[in-house]
Amino acid sequence: MHFDLAFIQNYAPLYAEAAGLALKLAFWGILFSTIVGFVCSLIRYYRVPFLSPVTGAYIELSRNTPLLVQLFFLYFGLPKMGIHLDAEICAVIGLTFLGGSYMAEAFRGGLEAVSKIQIESGLSIGLSTPQLVRYVILPQAFAVAVPALGANVIFLIKETSIFSVMALEDPMFVAKDLIGLYYDTGEALLMLVVTYLIMLLPLSILLTYLEKKVRHAGFGH
Amino acid sequence: MPDSGISILFEGRNLIRLAQGLWVTAYIAFVSVALSTLLGVLVGLAMSSRFTALRAVMRLYLDAIRIVPVLVLLFLAYFGLGKVFHVNLNAELASILVFTLWGAAEMGDIVRGAVTSLPRHQRESGLSIGLTEGQVYRYVIIPQAVRRLLPGAINLATRMIKTTSLVMLIGVVEVLKVGQQIIEYASLISNPTASFWVYAFILFLYFAICYPISRYAAYLEQKWQS
Repeated sequence: MHFDLAFIQNYAPLYAEAAGLALKLAFWGILFSTIVGFVCSLIRYYRVPFLSPVTGAYIELSRNTPLLVQLFFLYFGLPKMGIHLDAEICAVIGLTFLGGSYMAEAFRGGLEAVSKIQIESGLSIGLSTPQLVRYVILPQAFAVAVPALGANVIFLIKETSIFSVMALEDPMFVAKDLIGLYYDTGEALLMLVVTYLIMLLPLSILLTYLEKKVRHAGFGH
Repeated sequence: MPDSGISILFEGRNLIRLAQGLWVTAYIAFVSVALSTLLGVLVGLAMSSRFTALRAVMRLYLDAIRIVPVLVLLFLAYFGLGKVFHVNLNAELASILVFTLWGAAEMGDIVRGAVTSLPRHQRESGLSIGLTEGQVYRYVIIPQAVRRLLPGAINLATRMIKTTSLVMLIGVVEVLKVGQQIIEYASLISNPTASFWVYAFILFLYFAICYPISRYAAYLEQKWQS
């Protein structure tokens, strides 16, 4: 096995740029996923009439289909019905459609972990429902949900690796391109793995640390 | 218009071709899930063993698999093994290899979680009423561990089924690839909305397979929680 260092030096900037694009798309996708997931979990938690079953159907549909097929449908299927979407927007919508349900499940786990005593105590000291949510339920639910939310963040960043099917120039795209052009497969793949390690390893370490931190927060148990 | 486009699904042998594609997907998923389950139990037992070194190696294996996207692993197995180690796998074998390595690691973590969450007094109580070590496993440990890990293991299976959609990207002709071929042909013969209907149909196929399985996992979880 022999690696061509000049090749690596030449093309490393391409990977860096591609990683930037993937992280940018991941950022927006994760941000919107979190918002969608948060709203969905509250709708489910309070069993809001009409919205709750709709949200439930969305969660099941999103969790039981692959992102790749969802993207193909958005990017290649919808334009035929007159809805044209830019590749980057499609990527963010697709990631949000997938991530929203995973985030909703993470928040749901947190909400369900808040004990009934906490809620009843809050009500008995005269808190209104918004106050109860803001000061009693959410802080506890959030602390419980952190590990699951963090796992979702990593999961969603990894899912961006299929965006190259929409010709978005992410690290996979660069690797495929270089393999096709120069056949320096070993180097192209090595840089691909290193790129994802640089993207994900610091985050993964941070999450492990964060998980340990919030585990101290054992409210009312 | 949408009213005519859906007919693409029923033209010629299209439905049969999609079913054949789905069979390839199901075959890869089934073999990988079966192998992952067997290996995963071993990995899980290794992960919860007394030997620190063994646990560390298994931890490294799990983290290494988890940190890179499955698609990258597929590329490594399909393009990398051939070029760097001169081991040429066909795309289907490469897929099964990757899914098994990944599934065994994830399954191992689920098994570890189930085994280590059992309180130690379960084993000790069993021994104290005169059960042999084998009987303790057969009647005390395994039944409880299985209940704890089965919902997670079933969910892992649906994840693996969904992830098989990626194998088209290294050239396996499965349901999504067949769908693409049908669309390419259809757009030549003036069916412009084909891609909408074909991809919607494939979404439905995945949903029809994964939804009952994940419902079953949720049902088991609820039933065994109480």
